[in-house]
Amino acid sequence: MLEEARTISANQLTLWYLVASVLFILALKGLSSPTTARRGNLFGIAGMAIAVLVTLAVVSRGRVDLIVLAMLAGGAVGAAIARRVAMTQMPELVAAMHSLVGMAAVLIAIAAVNNPAAFGVPDPLPAGNKLELFVGTVVGAITFSGSVIAFGKLAGLGRRLRLFSSAPIVFPAQHWLNLAIGLLMIAFGVAFFLSPEPNWTAFILMAALAFLLGVLIIIPIGGADMPVVISMLNSYSGWAAAGIGFSLNNAMLIIAGSLVGSSGAILSYIMCRAMNRSFVSVILGGFGAEEGAKAGDAGQKTVKAGSAEDAAFLLENAQSVVIVPGYGLAVARAQHAVKEMVDLLGEKGVQVRFAIHPVAGRMPGHMNVLLAEAEVPYDQVFEMEEINGEMGTVDVALVLGANDVVNPLAYEKGSPIYGMPIVDVHKARTVLVNKRSMAAGYAGLDNPLFYMDRTMMVFGDAKKVVEDIVKALQ
Amino acid sequence: MAAGADPTVVNLVVFVLAVFVGYHVIWNVTPALHTPLMSVTNAISSVIIVGAILAAGPSETDFGAILGVIAVALASVNIAGGFLVTQRMLEMFRKKEPPTGRRDA
Repeated sequence: MLEEARTISANQLTLWYLVASVLFILALKGLSSPTTARRGNLFGIAGMAIAVLVTLAVVSRGRVDLIVLAMLAGGAVGAAIARRVAMTQMPELVAAMHSLVGMAAVLIAIAAVNNPAAFGVPDPLPAGNKLELFVGTVVGAITFSGSVIAFGKLAGLGRRLRLFSSAPIVFPAQHWLNLAIGLLMIAFGVAFFLSPEPNWTAFILMAALAFLLGVLIIIPIGGADMPVVISMLNSYSGWAAAGIGFSLNNAMLIIAGSLVGSSGAILSYIMCRAMNRSFVSVILGGFGAEEGAKAGDAGQKTVKAGSAEDAAFLLENAQSVVIVPGYGLAVARAQHAVKEMVDLLGEKGVQVRFAIHPVAGRMPGHMNVLLAEAEVPYDQVFEMEEINGEMGTVDVALVLGANDVVNPLAYEKGSPIYGMPIVDVHKARTVLVNKRSMAAGYAGLDNPLFYMDRTMMVFGDAKKVVEDIVKALQ
Repeated sequence: MAAGADPTVVNLVVFVLAVFVGYHVIWNVTPALHTPLMSVTNAISSVIIVGAILAAGPSETDFGAILGVIAVALASVNIAGGFLVTQRMLEMFRKKEPPTGRRDA
């Protein structure tokens, strides 16, 4: 292949790829602590630079200018988005980026079927490479279309197009339809695998069905299950890259893809565990479809409602306060107001900490990033398990836009969320809950926390309420 | 590895070992940094760009090469976007004590 154009040997190329792979591992290793994470990211950038430069040295010189032009154009777009995106929009951004990896994998797979020699793979394609191309294409296509749907759901495009509705879309025999499409897709894959010549018809039909399947498997999954979906698509994008690495016999692609694939898989597992639900039940979807079904018995019970001024009085007279943020905080973009409130309370000698439930928000770690953006120091922010043991000694727990993750029904046998780990705010001496209304949460469950004697509800938009508390504290 | 082993088998060896490394490295990531983890893994999986560069490489321009160029552009969006947004997020994670004047835009 292209021997005349090569400026570095195959051995040198592979060794450089090894260096890049090690740098990628170091990049992920850095994320074990915020103090080492920035350096880790630089390792990642260095690895990527090496991988791109040595590969450019391999291709024929005539084409390099066009490739570099495409890189600059894409890079400029990426950089502009990265600079502008709001931290509340991170879930959408990540979903969009997954879709690009998926699409790139499909395009590369088509190019490989078209001209295997360009990749140094024998022409006609050996059976093993064909199988791997099949995997890479299918996973890439599902990643692409699934991520587009996930993006639409997260960006709130559901009002314009029902396909993107954040409520689950369910219809009869849905899973049988998906199964049938999946089997048909595999059948075309087998046809592609068996034919000696490149069988374009089978390949294109297989890819088309994979795109369709990606849409169908994401639409029945509801908004609050998005942390699992987005982690799962993260994982898929990695496996797609690894699949392409297999078919091109490129060890670095396999290593990078596997790192990302296992990362997404572990995040999916952590998210499922935090909801006490099996991965299969999340993927089959439909959860929360019968919303409000169990919330009907809320009628007779009474809640104690208070104003922001009442809340401010309770907060400033407390010794220790724990704030539990949820998706409502992100929607209201209240993080900066919260930071102001925390500073004022700090000046009055109140100890304020944050408790983060793993599935608070729409993606793993979403709340941590929002609080970091508002310049809340990270040593003031605790994971659920770290702080739950101390909840009994907390004077005031303030719940901002969270519901299911603080629902004590999780401790009652027979409840749909029984066994789900929650932040134990019901153990605090006083509980303040900010919600927009008494509507049930995602699980469609009533929340006994709201009816406790020690609980005071503060209704209203999270940002407005926190700003009013700030005014009262001043 | 035995000399002359099939490339697919060698690939499988690399794959399994890489999954093991990934498993152990990822469990050590602090939950507070799970969002930056997702954005940086996005950038890393875009190393698929090497495949795109090879696809765009051959000197005769056919439709495979065009797809390669498009894939290069798509992966580049992710590489630049992924690493930069990760950097931007990580700059925000600060401890309380040192009142550094530095802030990322």
